[in-house]
Amino acid sequence: MITETAPPEVQTGKGKRRLDENVLRNLGLVGVLVLLVIIGIITRPDLYSDPEWVKDNIFTILQQASAIGVVAVGMTFVIIGGGIDLSVGAIIALAGVWATTLATQSYGAAGMIFCALLVGLAVGLVNGVLISYGKLVPFIATLAMMVAARGLAAQISGKQTQVSTNTTINDIATTRPLGIPLLVWILALVVAIGWIVLNRTTFGRRTVAIGGNPEAARLAGINVKWQTLLLYGLSGLCCGIAAIMLTSQGTSAQAAMANLYELDAIAAAIIGGTLLSGGRGTIIGTLFGVLVFATITNLFAINNLSTEVQNMVKGGIIVAAVLIQQFRYRSLTQLLKR
Amino acid sequence: MSEEPDVDTSEAPAVTPPGSDDSGGDGHEVVLRLTDVVKTFPGVRALDGVQLEVRAGEVHCLLGQNGAGKSTLIKVLAGVHHADSGEVLWLGEPFAPATPQAAMRARIATIYQELDLVDDLSVAENAFLGHEQSRFGFTKRRSAAVKTREILARLGHAEIPPRQLVRSLPAAAKQVVSMARALSHDARLIVMDEPSAVLAHDEVENLFRIIRGLTAQGIAVIYISHRLEEIREIGDRVTVLKDGRTTAANLPARDTPTRELVSRMTGRTIEYVFPPRPTAPTAEPLLVVEGLSRAGEFADASLAVAPGEIVGIAGLVGSGRSELLETIFGARRADSGRVTLDGHRITSVGGAVRHGMGMAPEERKSQALLLDEPVFKNMTLSSFAGFAHAGFTDASDERKAASKTADLLELRPRDVSRPARTLSGGNQQKVVVGRWLLGGTKLLLLDEPTRGVDVGARAELYQVIRGLAADGVGVLLVSSEVPEVLGLADRVLVMREGRLIHEAPAEELAEDTVLDLVMAGSLMEGEAA
Repeated sequence: MITETAPPEVQTGKGKRRLDENVLRNLGLVGVLVLLVIIGIITRPDLYSDPEWVKDNIFTILQQASAIGVVAVGMTFVIIGGGIDLSVGAIIALAGVWATTLATQSYGAAGMIFCALLVGLAVGLVNGVLISYGKLVPFIATLAMMVAARGLAAQISGKQTQVSTNTTINDIATTRPLGIPLLVWILALVVAIGWIVLNRTTFGRRTVAIGGNPEAARLAGINVKWQTLLLYGLSGLCCGIAAIMLTSQGTSAQAAMANLYELDAIAAAIIGGTLLSGGRGTIIGTLFGVLVFATITNLFAINNLSTEVQNMVKGGIIVAAVLIQQFRYRSLTQLLKR
Repeated sequence: MSEEPDVDTSEAPAVTPPGSDDSGGDGHEVVLRLTDVVKTFPGVRALDGVQLEVRAGEVHCLLGQNGAGKSTLIKVLAGVHHADSGEVLWLGEPFAPATPQAAMRARIATIYQELDLVDDLSVAENAFLGHEQSRFGFTKRRSAAVKTREILARLGHAEIPPRQLVRSLPAAAKQVVSMARALSHDARLIVMDEPSAVLAHDEVENLFRIIRGLTAQGIAVIYISHRLEEIREIGDRVTVLKDGRTTAANLPARDTPTRELVSRMTGRTIEYVFPPRPTAPTAEPLLVVEGLSRAGEFADASLAVAPGEIVGIAGLVGSGRSELLETIFGARRADSGRVTLDGHRITSVGGAVRHGMGMAPEERKSQALLLDEPVFKNMTLSSFAGFAHAGFTDASDERKAASKTADLLELRPRDVSRPARTLSGGNQQKVVVGRWLLGGTKLLLLDEPTRGVDVGARAELYQVIRGLAADGVGVLLVSSEVPEVLGLADRVLVMREGRLIHEAPAEELAEDTVLDLVMAGSLMEGEAA
């Protein structure tokens, strides 16, 4: 057939190009972070003149980013694998509420953690089964789960705030091994494991393959359905971890917790360079995305500004990031077409 | 159908000069005339001097093998592509539609094989899509319905309700809606690209009735089909294309001997170089397919491939060949029949790959490659788990193995860390073949392996495929290019309308015999008589 055009075989060393592109995007996000800090210094020079405050503030930002960061890592896997998970906030609420019922609390800290992780994983796997084997569109399946899981959480908690009386759990948010908050350690660990799994394991390779071209993956002998199922399980597990972190931070759990986390997690992944259509994304980019949002929140807080303005700025940043991404992608493909 | 095997066509004049006063038309004016039309795409001359003359009220058939330029030609007429040079005269005026809309306004309508109807709109809405009857932005539903009913009546299909959703219509009725759309533009020329391909046998008769009705109203029809018997029945004159050129123009559709038509379509100007064929292997068959069927696609297919043997299936698009290949691979579920590889029953892709089967699918980009990923990861897509240690991938081992395979396949450029997107079609195909070499594949299924591959790279791919066979790999190859199947395969199966109708060693078959079988099956009928 004569419909296809052969791209010219020039420009050696193009393999490095994509790596460069990722590094470039991450550098861009670092630039945004620096800019936000500079704005902070200009608007509140009084605070920034105190090094102790600066150190504490950095930890505040990181702690604020910790739970959403863990969720966003799971979300990044799901999106790279060609899906979306709208139910993460609801799963956190369900896992948090389930882990703080009087019955669960009677099993102690280990029982509560085990419960949260198990509930998160199980709900994630239900999503996965509906999508892989029930052939539901991910958007619909997880939208339904978002509604249902919050409903179940409200049912279990009787719409009450459930206070955690377990000191081990509550201490997670306050202990500082080696001077760094435990929540930040957890985030660092999840990010590190996420990076290794995505870049260095067969699980990560399959994820990129099924998101990049599911038909090619299938015809290469990869079990696309099974891998999809596992990805939603992974996302659910991350929600279970985040549920414990949030419960500890608030020393309580309720059905309304982690509200709109799905949107924050998706937004963080997207501005971090994850392609919404799947097949491409980085864990580090997502981490930077989370940090940018947390820093903005912090910036508004230290200036005593309203959350309304803050949300408008967040929306603007999402649009700007995606526009930049599209522009890059387009110019790159145009370059190759030439 | 009449066969006149004794006519010697080698010295007959190839091209009747356009405009000469032949009796092929029925005395109507010439509405469309193409002279020396050329259209090039990067690396390929799709149209290389096409002549075509169409008269009002005639059915003008376009004949040619795949890649002869038929599709490009009709896209030039439809305003999708723009000719580089040459002259197109439409109703006596130079004609170069900038967009499909412009072609429509000039009253040239094209009905593609894949009908471009909107399933969730009504018949009337589809008929007037793009030029809706409206006032102040409000659609005039009633007047559109009335006009659509008139048009449908003109087509002899008053029974199709204008308000019905197109989704609920059978394929034949959808085609009528497509024609209604053409008539809603008051088309004077309707181009039909293989309209019979989506129809059952008795529906074709109805299509012909409609076409006769159109031509009686003075509308010209360009009719593309691979089925010779249809051309003889409905066509007035035939123009044959080969390698982007008109090799015969304005032949009378009814009386031109099949042999002459086929000879105008065959005999490449560019001869492909095929590697020499060793003596046929006689080992036990590796792949055995018995009575494989899938409703509506193919029926009762049985074949065997031995290690080191290349078996080719010749067949047109829509003959069921790709579906057969995918079913053998386990990517489609068979209704009945069985596939065994080395004694193992194959029912899924996973099982096929595990037991040493690999496939290079028809659509490289959408079915085989991760375009943004580097070449080496594409090559190891089916084997990376084998390189891994306890779930951890070993990129450096993969890279080494892929580089070795790249050397073997003479991949250009050799650098395996470039994204697959940046490679040419031929080299992308090498990557897909390389994938299965790395996996230690024993049987390779190739679906149109040289599609979108330029001539030079083809010869290399042929060498690669023959080399694989020499190493003991069994190859089952599907192609709509008859010379390719004949040149490359040891044994050839001919597929037509879902059935394997002929089998013979490649050296015993001639190109025109196979082409005849593929298109009409007339040789079989002749033998039976």
